[in-house]
Amino acid sequence: MIPLLEVRNLVKTYKNVTAVNGVSFSVGQGVCFGLLGPNGAGKTTTIEVIEDVILATSGEILYKGKPRSASFTDEVGIQFQSTALLSFLTVRETLKTFQSLYRKTSSIDDLVSVCHLTDFQNQYNDKISGGQRQRFLLALALVNQPDLLFLDEPSTGLDPQARRNLWDLIQQIKTEGKTIILTTHYMEEAQHLCDEIAIMDYGKIIAHDTPKELIKLHNPGMTVILSKDRIKVSPDRLSLPYREVKDSIEILTDDVNSCLNLLMSYDTDLSDLSIRSPNLETVFLNLTGRQLRE
Amino acid sequence: MSLKRLWIIFNARNREFFRDRAAFGWNFLFPFLIIAGFGIIFGGKSYTEYKVGLFPFERGALAVQNDAVPEGLRNMRYLKFIEFPTLNEGMEKLKHHKIDFLLKIGSRPYEYYISESSPKGYVLEQMFKASLIPPDIKTNALKKEIQGRAIRYIDWLFPGILAMNMMFSALWGVGYVVVRYRKNGVLKRLKVTPLNALEYLAAQALSRIFLLMFTLVIVWTGCNLFFSFRVVGSYLDLLIVFFLGSLSLTALGLVLASRGTSEEFTTGILNFISWPMMFLSEVWFSLEGAPQWVKQVAQIFPLTHILKAAREIMHDGAGLRDVGMEIAILSVMTLAFLTLGASMFSWNE
Repeated sequence: MIPLLEVRNLVKTYKNVTAVNGVSFSVGQGVCFGLLGPNGAGKTTTIEVIEDVILATSGEILYKGKPRSASFTDEVGIQFQSTALLSFLTVRETLKTFQSLYRKTSSIDDLVSVCHLTDFQNQYNDKISGGQRQRFLLALALVNQPDLLFLDEPSTGLDPQARRNLWDLIQQIKTEGKTIILTTHYMEEAQHLCDEIAIMDYGKIIAHDTPKELIKLHNPGMTVILSKDRIKVSPDRLSLPYREVKDSIEILTDDVNSCLNLLMSYDTDLSDLSIRSPNLETVFLNLTGRQLRE
Repeated sequence: MSLKRLWIIFNARNREFFRDRAAFGWNFLFPFLIIAGFGIIFGGKSYTEYKVGLFPFERGALAVQNDAVPEGLRNMRYLKFIEFPTLNEGMEKLKHHKIDFLLKIGSRPYEYYISESSPKGYVLEQMFKASLIPPDIKTNALKKEIQGRAIRYIDWLFPGILAMNMMFSALWGVGYVVVRYRKNGVLKRLKVTPLNALEYLAAQALSRIFLLMFTLVIVWTGCNLFFSFRVVGSYLDLLIVFFLGSLSLTALGLVLASRGTSEEFTTGILNFISWPMMFLSEVWFSLEGAPQWVKQVAQIFPLTHILKAAREIMHDGAGLRDVGMEIAILSVMTLAFLTLGASMFSWNE
């Protein structure tokens, strides 16, 4: 089956900087595909090249098996990381304005209802809160009933509750069978929403699989976390892999019980101990030696 | 090209303009205030006035009304007499060209002071000397007046103010606004819709032309209530010239809007273009007598041709054929600006 989107050996350079360096991936129909990586990894550049906002230096992009044509803009929905809109228009008027630019469109009332815009639909679009704005931008991206939806860091800058609300909304859109390409530097967001994840660093994809498989393949085991000053012995003597992160020691182990027994045998104070299950953050840490939000 | 999409963006831009009450109000208020200001301050006459300082002036004395000032000078028009208590105070003003001539009153022979570098001072000196010649030895000369209704200064100024307002509104309303849209990402958002550059630019231009013509009609009607301007030629011809003018100025705005994301740089470029255009296009004063090269430079500005055509229609009763050269030049400029603006346009650079 032909993937909805296929990217082959994409390169984007700016003078002496290579922002995207030979990225290839494909996204099947109905998949939520996540591009995960720290700031500056090249996620936004990658999707802006795919969206045709900026030109690629080299590489090939196929949509429904063919190079993108004029109808591409009619069939995709885009939510940029940050965007301004026409001033002195209300949320509803802005939706109607954008709706009129497309052939196939969603009902404004449906969008207002699905994206929870009812309370502020008649406010000017520059007079709404951050969470309301993200939902509104998502509604704008859905105004043409897109086959492919691009969401570029949709929850950046939102408080935890607003972020959760947005995730619920994206989950709801997913259930309609839409194909989504989502960039984020929140591993929790990627784990929660994405069916497939490509981890990017320095313009390259360093791992690509389902979240489960990524964790399984690059599983560093459980992580036991303690403040440095609680351990009465040099960590080297524990004979377990560890790393120092700020004021903490993170010990990697497959057997938490044995690890704790070992620590206790050295009179370690376990009062601030925490244990972390393997997740994408640790996968990324394992693959790059860096944290996602460094 | 989709007319539906063009109409949508045209309407959206108009809504923005009409709802931004501050900018909307200012577009009408600015030309009206200038016209009203000139009307009130100068009574509709030319602002050229000669200032004569008189000293020593004692409080309560009315120097101008007694015979301390030669009668001939006292009765001349367009002279303004300003009294100073001492020579020093008068000299201070003369040095700084705040007055043109300083006369000591109350003693004979008259003592007067002028600045050698002041053309007005020289003219006043000649007027003063002429006022001292007894009437019976003056050579007679026959005075002939302009036939028909005289063109007041405010009549001459009015088309200039309207066209200047058009220029600022077209250059800033298109040039600056589109650059701001590019900088804050509005254009980027529109680029990823089916809207194409031609539709977008056409909508911007048409919206601005509509608003310029709307403003023109309202301001003209409003000012006419107070100053009763006389149009010798046809109103329709005048409207056509202003329409073509708004087209050319908007097209120039599109050239400036075609590239760039720096509002500061665009402001600099807009000032660089608009200020010389305002001063050299005879909005405020005639270039008659200016060096030939200055007159030639003025020809590169659309405003020069708009004003020449508008004033000829308004004051001399010219028809469209009489101002055919100006119309042709404005048309060529419009075409050139539109081609340049459309070919250079970028959504995000």
